[in-house]
Amino acid sequence: MMELDPLLLSRIQFAFVVSFHAIFPVFTIGLASYIALLEGLLYRTGNPAYEQLSRFWTKVFAVVFGMGVVSGIVMSFQFGTNWSVFSYASANFLGPILAYEVVTAFFLEAVFLGVLLFGRDKVPRGTHLFAACMVALGTFISSFWILSANSWMQTPAGAELRDGIVHLTSWSEAIFNPSFVPRFFHVALASFLTGGFVVAGVSAWYLLKGKAPEASRKALQMCLIMLAIAAPAQLLVGDVHGLNTFKHQPAKVAAMEGVWETTDGAPLLLFAIPSQSQERNFLEIGIPNMASLILTHEWNGTVPGLKEWAPEDRPHMPIVFWSFRVMVGIGLLMIVIALWGAWLTWRDRLVESKRFLRLTSLMIPLPFVAVLAGWFVTEVGRQPWLAYGLIRTAEGLTPSLTGAMALFTLVGYVTVYAVVFIAGISFLVRIIRQGPDQTDLSEDHPGAHAKRPFSAADDKTMA
Amino acid sequence: MELIDLTLIWIVIIGFGVFMYVFMDGFDLGVGILFPFAGSDEHRDVMMNSVAPVWDGNETWLILGGAGLLAAFPLIYAVFLPALYIGVFLMLAGLIFRGVAFEFRFKAEPHKRRRWDIAFFGGSLVAAFAQGAVVGAYIQGFEVEGFSYVGGAFDWLTPFTVMTGLGLVAGYTLLGATWLIMKTEGDLQTLAYRIAGRMVLAVLFVFLLVSLWTAVAHPHILERWLEHAAVLWIFPTLSLLAGVWLWRGLGRRAEGTPFIATLALFLLAYLGLLISMWPYAVPPHHTFWDAASSPDAQLFTLIGLLFVIPIILAYTAWTYWVFRGKVRIGEGYH
Repeated sequence: MMELDPLLLSRIQFAFVVSFHAIFPVFTIGLASYIALLEGLLYRTGNPAYEQLSRFWTKVFAVVFGMGVVSGIVMSFQFGTNWSVFSYASANFLGPILAYEVVTAFFLEAVFLGVLLFGRDKVPRGTHLFAACMVALGTFISSFWILSANSWMQTPAGAELRDGIVHLTSWSEAIFNPSFVPRFFHVALASFLTGGFVVAGVSAWYLLKGKAPEASRKALQMCLIMLAIAAPAQLLVGDVHGLNTFKHQPAKVAAMEGVWETTDGAPLLLFAIPSQSQERNFLEIGIPNMASLILTHEWNGTVPGLKEWAPEDRPHMPIVFWSFRVMVGIGLLMIVIALWGAWLTWRDRLVESKRFLRLTSLMIPLPFVAVLAGWFVTEVGRQPWLAYGLIRTAEGLTPSLTGAMALFTLVGYVTVYAVVFIAGISFLVRIIRQGPDQTDLSEDHPGAHAKRPFSAADDKTMA
Repeated sequence: MELIDLTLIWIVIIGFGVFMYVFMDGFDLGVGILFPFAGSDEHRDVMMNSVAPVWDGNETWLILGGAGLLAAFPLIYAVFLPALYIGVFLMLAGLIFRGVAFEFRFKAEPHKRRRWDIAFFGGSLVAAFAQGAVVGAYIQGFEVEGFSYVGGAFDWLTPFTVMTGLGLVAGYTLLGATWLIMKTEGDLQTLAYRIAGRMVLAVLFVFLLVSLWTAVAHPHILERWLEHAAVLWIFPTLSLLAGVWLWRGLGRRAEGTPFIATLALFLLAYLGLLISMWPYAVPPHHTFWDAASSPDAQLFTLIGLLFVIPIILAYTAWTYWVFRGKVRIGEGYH
């Protein structure tokens, strides 16, 4: 009979639930800033195109934000149900940090989201702009705390383990732990890239379809200018983040680079099939010495191989290796598209270039793939530790959890999320199909609007 | 000797947060449970619209409770959640379905609305029952070794917890019905009066049953009751008075009194529970002080919460003020 492993099932469940959750905030963080920018431009210029754009993207924001909230509730219970030993051990740090995330982000969102969604005609223009800025700020404060907590699990600092319990020695060292700053900027830029490519892709699609041409051209140009700066900047920030990981979690970098033996002048592998059990790669194709050059800034610098660590202390190389290549590959593609688009904008040939518009609209799903791949690199690369070097993943598991219980909830969450996700996406597609110059949903139930985020998406006064 | 007992402050904060959640999400879950009893689709629209602007904020107290427990009483977090593993999943699934039903019901094509009606009702019912079972499981106690739960997956599901689960369903239904009395008029209000009347009897009956059952099954609680009988007699007496107040309010067709009286009933039951269990956070062995996190973690979080909670309360009050008054057919919030 097959043995159900509660540890493996819990890891799959956590990966599923957190991945599902992560795609929403990474989009809303970027989009909130974009809406705030549109509101600012509207306030200064009074140009109705900005209002049209802001109204439209606020509708999209409302739906995505709602799905993020729903999946976020589940997150706050996952730590306790499946990882109770870890929760209890790390509560002195993670408890306060997560509590701060709830109170600071909730406070800003609760107060200002309603005003942003429903208050356009009810509050002065300046107040509405202020609300948009506060919602954007709230998303950043929220990611500040969450990324601090995550970074602490990657590079624990300012704390010591006494009788298996984490006790803080310095709050500032713990919050601003060694990997926090590069990770924060890396994720913030990823949010801008995600929001930017979605807005650019949808606008490009509208231009192809001839929908709201004036506003769409404006939106596309704004995005491309931002992306032409943010996409190359992400390469630099990613490099800094990688060097930081090389310093603090070299095993993760060994897995990212596909290095088994400690090597002087390690090649940058473009392709390989790593085998965890045989401790070697198949079909390697690489650029000589490049990995050493990137990581150590020396032609013959030393890159420690994964074999430096005992087999039970190694992350799973194939997942980390390939996730990393997916992320970097999409990142490079983004740079090409963004620079090409900026050049077209500069030469004023944006609208004529059908090929560019088509390619840009096809880019919409890719930033999400890149973000998830990036999280897979850093989270799978942290294994087998929950808090790196302090608490192992296997030690953190809830002792009373059986395989059957874990399987039951895993299937349950997948089912519940599938229903919610399909309904939400179909609703989102409907909004985007209608476009910025359409009015309300024809099949909508008359007079039955509730004052809630999703409802803003079909509020007649907003369309 | 510490000058201030941080743990005690945190008991008050978490106790307040949990009560806010139970009371506020209680009435909107109750409205969900009452959904199938409405006579028409228009009535269901009104019922949903009466809670639509506020349910989201109500539920945030649950998240605050979860994060607050992890920060201040990690042992409660790390024992309750594993012990109630299946129940927690059912509650979350219920809350998700009823949460999205608010949105999708109004978006769905007419022939698909039924399924979101069912999701709203079923989600509310399951969440309410699961929360009631948590109360029962707390009274029952947990099998703990060291700082970990070591019992089985269904220890929380006993005849006693089924009783408390059904009890809370009845309680939330009463809250929901008295809320509707306040917020609606006409046929729907008449229906709400009728259901509220029945629920008063059901709730008082469950109170009595749970109390007797607790006394029989948990002698140490009975011992404590008898020991402090000189003070504790006030709880059943006041509960009975609140019940009578509620009953008479319903009888003379008062609109606000029934809801307030139900609130008083809930508060009395809640305080009675805490006093009966005091000072145990994870019965039968661990007190709130055993369950506490380190003082500096409690202090660090407290500073932020003391600043933010008044603002949250002010905003909440403002929202309720904006959406005060009756909800009518065909009238939504724009």
